[in-house]
Amino acid sequence: MKLDDLIHHTGEWLKGTGPHSNIVMSSRVRLARNLSGLPFPNRANKKMLIDILNRIEQTFNQIDYFKNSIVFHMSELDNIDKQFLIERHLMSHDHATMTEGKALVISHEEILSVMINEEDHIRMQVMQSGLNLMETFKIIDMIDNFLSEKLPYAYLPNWGYLTACPTNTGTAMRGSVMLHLPALVMTKQINKVLAAIAKLSFATRGFYGEGTQARGNFYQISNQVSLGHSEEDIIQNINGLIGQVIEQEEQARQALLVQNRPLLEDKIFRSLGILRNAYIISSQETIELLSMVRLGIDLGIIKDINSPAVNELLIIIQPAHLQKIEGKKLSATARDTKRASIIREKLSGG
Amino acid sequence: MLCDICKKKKATVHLTEIVDDQMTEMHLCEECAHQKSLQMEQQFGLADLLAGLSDFGKQVKDQQDVILECKNCATTYDDFKKLGRLGCSECYSTFKDHLGILLKKIHGSNRHYGKAPQNLSKFEKSKNDVLRDLRHQLEQAVINEHYERAAELRDQIRDLEKGGEGAS
Repeated sequence: MKLDDLIHHTGEWLKGTGPHSNIVMSSRVRLARNLSGLPFPNRANKKMLIDILNRIEQTFNQIDYFKNSIVFHMSELDNIDKQFLIERHLMSHDHATMTEGKALVISHEEILSVMINEEDHIRMQVMQSGLNLMETFKIIDMIDNFLSEKLPYAYLPNWGYLTACPTNTGTAMRGSVMLHLPALVMTKQINKVLAAIAKLSFATRGFYGEGTQARGNFYQISNQVSLGHSEEDIIQNINGLIGQVIEQEEQARQALLVQNRPLLEDKIFRSLGILRNAYIISSQETIELLSMVRLGIDLGIIKDINSPAVNELLIIIQPAHLQKIEGKKLSATARDTKRASIIREKLSGG
Repeated sequence: MLCDICKKKKATVHLTEIVDDQMTEMHLCEECAHQKSLQMEQQFGLADLLAGLSDFGKQVKDQQDVILECKNCATTYDDFKKLGRLGCSECYSTFKDHLGILLKKIHGSNRHYGKAPQNLSKFEKSKNDVLRDLRHQLEQAVINEHYERAAELRDQIRDLEKGGEGAS
């Protein structure tokens, strides 16, 4: 499998199933691991980085789970390819810079992705659709166990897994959940909710990851603390919090339906109307309108489109995806035209 | 609009800076904006935050004349304060006194309760360490009247004393 083959698939995490998938788009668990005694990537020279990469790659080759996975060496990819992988949530922005000795491994169906030599020697993540953190953890836990039989992890019994940044030390685990919260935004309760989340030591980010603003009412919530609690406890804490946010969003949706149904229907169908008829559209506008369409689907107001189609669009309307689909570099204007045409095709109804 | 720095590429990032109450707007291309953000990060970033957190006043003063340097990767504690990143796993042992306090400040705890690698030969928890830990947890459970948990812990301790293998 090559990078270009990914265009014709969507990640497992976009299939729109799983518990609470009307509000929770996806669950993700990330583990950071390092090799004992070897310099962390920020301290390693080019030769060391390549040695570390080779060693990790060789280990992957011995593990059955990685049989059908693909490996990309960052130094061999062009900018559009790297951007494409970022847009698919398979790697970070940082992984695309200073590419020497860096690689990305993607498992079958994009369930697991592993960044080698990003901030830590190994950063692996598993993504699943819906609110499924515990199951997601079990998958990554299994893979981590395979690896730890063969690689000497940097670990101390009292401090757990040792990472380049002490904010990750301990479990070195980040669990995060992508939520779609349009009703909390529309009823202007979102800031209250986000403030409460921040007080509980959880971080909130936008759909497009670290350092991005929330767009289209998508919010990503994750744990900050990684030491002092077991992985399962951390996940239960996130689940507890997410459960409350889901309840608030459900209530806000019901309130909108009861008090403002015509207004809500108007907003939803206008959004769909623009998406189905536009010939030029920016990604910002698309994301905002898709959010409304998704809400319409979740509330049973829109019946002829399903949420996986919307999820897929959220990914493929991004710049590098459009250019991969078109097979060439596109100017910003050409992208806006291409984007509109793809949306018209995907949402043509029927 | 062209980038204010390179004057060549189209400005796509708009930055407002406030220096000494003077507000300046900058319009930058993606490349120059990236450079600028790296500069800003150096001036004010995670490293400062961590250094702020790790400013333990008196304790640091006591050790001021000793330069702490990792024997394995030559990272000094000053390097860590500047970059916010440790150099290798051995740094954790070299800077253990400082890091113990820092970890507690960041996480509210400096004790790992999560999983352990399958192949622990190098860092194998000694049985005594585990027992000490479990006994401490048992004490806490009794103090907090968590009797079910206490009973579990008691059984684990008993098993281990009999020679059973690692408790989790």
